[in-house]
Amino acid sequence: MHSQNITLLAQQLRNKEFSSVELTQYYLEQIKQHDASLNSFITLTEERALDLARQADIRIQNGENNPLIGIPIAHKDLFCTENTLTTCASKILHNFVPPYESTVTQRMLESGTVMLGKTNMDEFAMGSSNENSYFGAVKNPWNLNAVPGGSSGGSAAAVSANLAVAATGTDTGGSIRQPASFCGITGLKPTYGRVSRFGMIAFASSLDQAGPMARSAEDCAHIMNSIAGFDDKDSTSSETKTEDYTAQLNLPLTGLKIGLPKEYFGEALDPEVAKVTLDAAKEFEKLGATLVDISLPNLNLSIPSYYVIAPSEASSNLSRFDGVRFGYRCEDPKDLLDMYMRSRSEGFGAEVQKRIMVGTYALSEGYYDAYYLKAQKIRRLIKQDFVNALTEVDVIMGPVAPTTAFNLNSKTQDPVAMYLEDIYTLSANLAGIPAMSIPSGFIDKMPVGLQIMGNYFAEAKLLNIAHQFQQHTDWHTQTPSLTEGA
Amino acid sequence: MSFNKQDVQKVAHLARLSLSDNETEQYQESISSVLALVEQMQSINTDGIEPLCNPLEMTQRLREDEVTESNQRDSYTAIAPRSEKGLYLVPQVID
Repeated sequence: MHSQNITLLAQQLRNKEFSSVELTQYYLEQIKQHDASLNSFITLTEERALDLARQADIRIQNGENNPLIGIPIAHKDLFCTENTLTTCASKILHNFVPPYESTVTQRMLESGTVMLGKTNMDEFAMGSSNENSYFGAVKNPWNLNAVPGGSSGGSAAAVSANLAVAATGTDTGGSIRQPASFCGITGLKPTYGRVSRFGMIAFASSLDQAGPMARSAEDCAHIMNSIAGFDDKDSTSSETKTEDYTAQLNLPLTGLKIGLPKEYFGEALDPEVAKVTLDAAKEFEKLGATLVDISLPNLNLSIPSYYVIAPSEASSNLSRFDGVRFGYRCEDPKDLLDMYMRSRSEGFGAEVQKRIMVGTYALSEGYYDAYYLKAQKIRRLIKQDFVNALTEVDVIMGPVAPTTAFNLNSKTQDPVAMYLEDIYTLSANLAGIPAMSIPSGFIDKMPVGLQIMGNYFAEAKLLNIAHQFQQHTDWHTQTPSLTEGA
Repeated sequence: MSFNKQDVQKVAHLARLSLSDNETEQYQESISSVLALVEQMQSINTDGIEPLCNPLEMTQRLREDEVTESNQRDSYTAIAPRSEKGLYLVPQVID
């Protein structure tokens, strides 16, 4: 079995212990053996992967030193990939082959990574369990009866089961961090605008952000070095300078001030998750950090604010799916209106239609001020909480989700219970700050993630903190045992 | 506030979604529960608070008005459900 350690794999490739073609063949074989029961991939791009691996081997032979060259990875099926099916896990895009490449996948391509395929997800990234996919639910590799989390559930499950060295994800309200927590891997949602949204199929444009999902913080740093940075094709891309995200990994944490918000440890939190989270925080004390009690008083308002803003922006973004230019069109439309209405209601799943209607309502005449505008004002209160807290402390830590991975079908009948799953992750998107999830323990053999939130553009700091934790703990190295076909 | 069947039908029409009676009933229930969830916003005093629409408070970046894209007509229409001679075909709009 190969390690999921990009630095080590890069050395082994250069020492000729194996080639990228051999590494890629190994991963394709792993996917074929184990993915029938996990369902983490929607599309496998076998021929293209081998072709990219051959090119990577030449680049390595030519002495190129980017550690990502020849590394087999997977992309969430929300990133447009030229000439490769891109479905967003929706029937309405079941046949969509984009004529262009997203900036994230383009940069990963230029860095020499080998795309194995496109991973499963909640349809249009709307969900916290990966049960809302047109291509079926993804299973959690630690327990096939449990969800992997969502919406980047396929990427999380694939990395957790070592079916890819690393993967990309996107995070609008927790969609990288919560599945990373449920599957026991490391995931980073960067600052809003740090990674280009060009070619990402839009969900909520003021919240969406792409990021890496991998075994370790160090691997996430390698991927950030590829994907982060200004892109003039994204009108909200930040011009703030990027850093070498691996450069600070080994800095000591002496004097680091960690804030623990009391609102993150309230009634909603499973007491066992609270204990694992506090034990992890205490681990940082051993590394020279100090823990400070803080308050983010408007945390509870992140749920109503998010569940107005995200559906509103989604209803606008998803109006482009009309059966005219790409994707699904209904059979025998009798007129234009019939074509729009049936293509959309036959093409979108129930959760997506519900959110489109909630958003349409919130933006409709007479309700805009009471919903969208009100939610944006509350969004400022939530941001201000973080700005205030981050003048007192360097980073904020807490749980990622109230529980470990729950069972399949256990929350599908109660949408509000599902929405409450996101209580600890939504606020980072509303404020636009970077946040990550790192493995910090287990409860009944299911992984628990620790959330680390930092100031705007402090990705290198977060990765440093996570890396130091991972140098002193081994939670992130634990992998689920997969049997044949599972 | 209550969200009745007519509200669902009106919103569905605005969003260009066609719902069966059964679906209308299900969405009435599920949308009502979302609206009840977000209702707690109304009890918060937000007088004098500016809405936050971009978390970095960036303003729209502008560029010179020059042609930056090349002609992609063929590759774009190739993936359309129906197209002919570089045009998208839809059901007849004008009698």
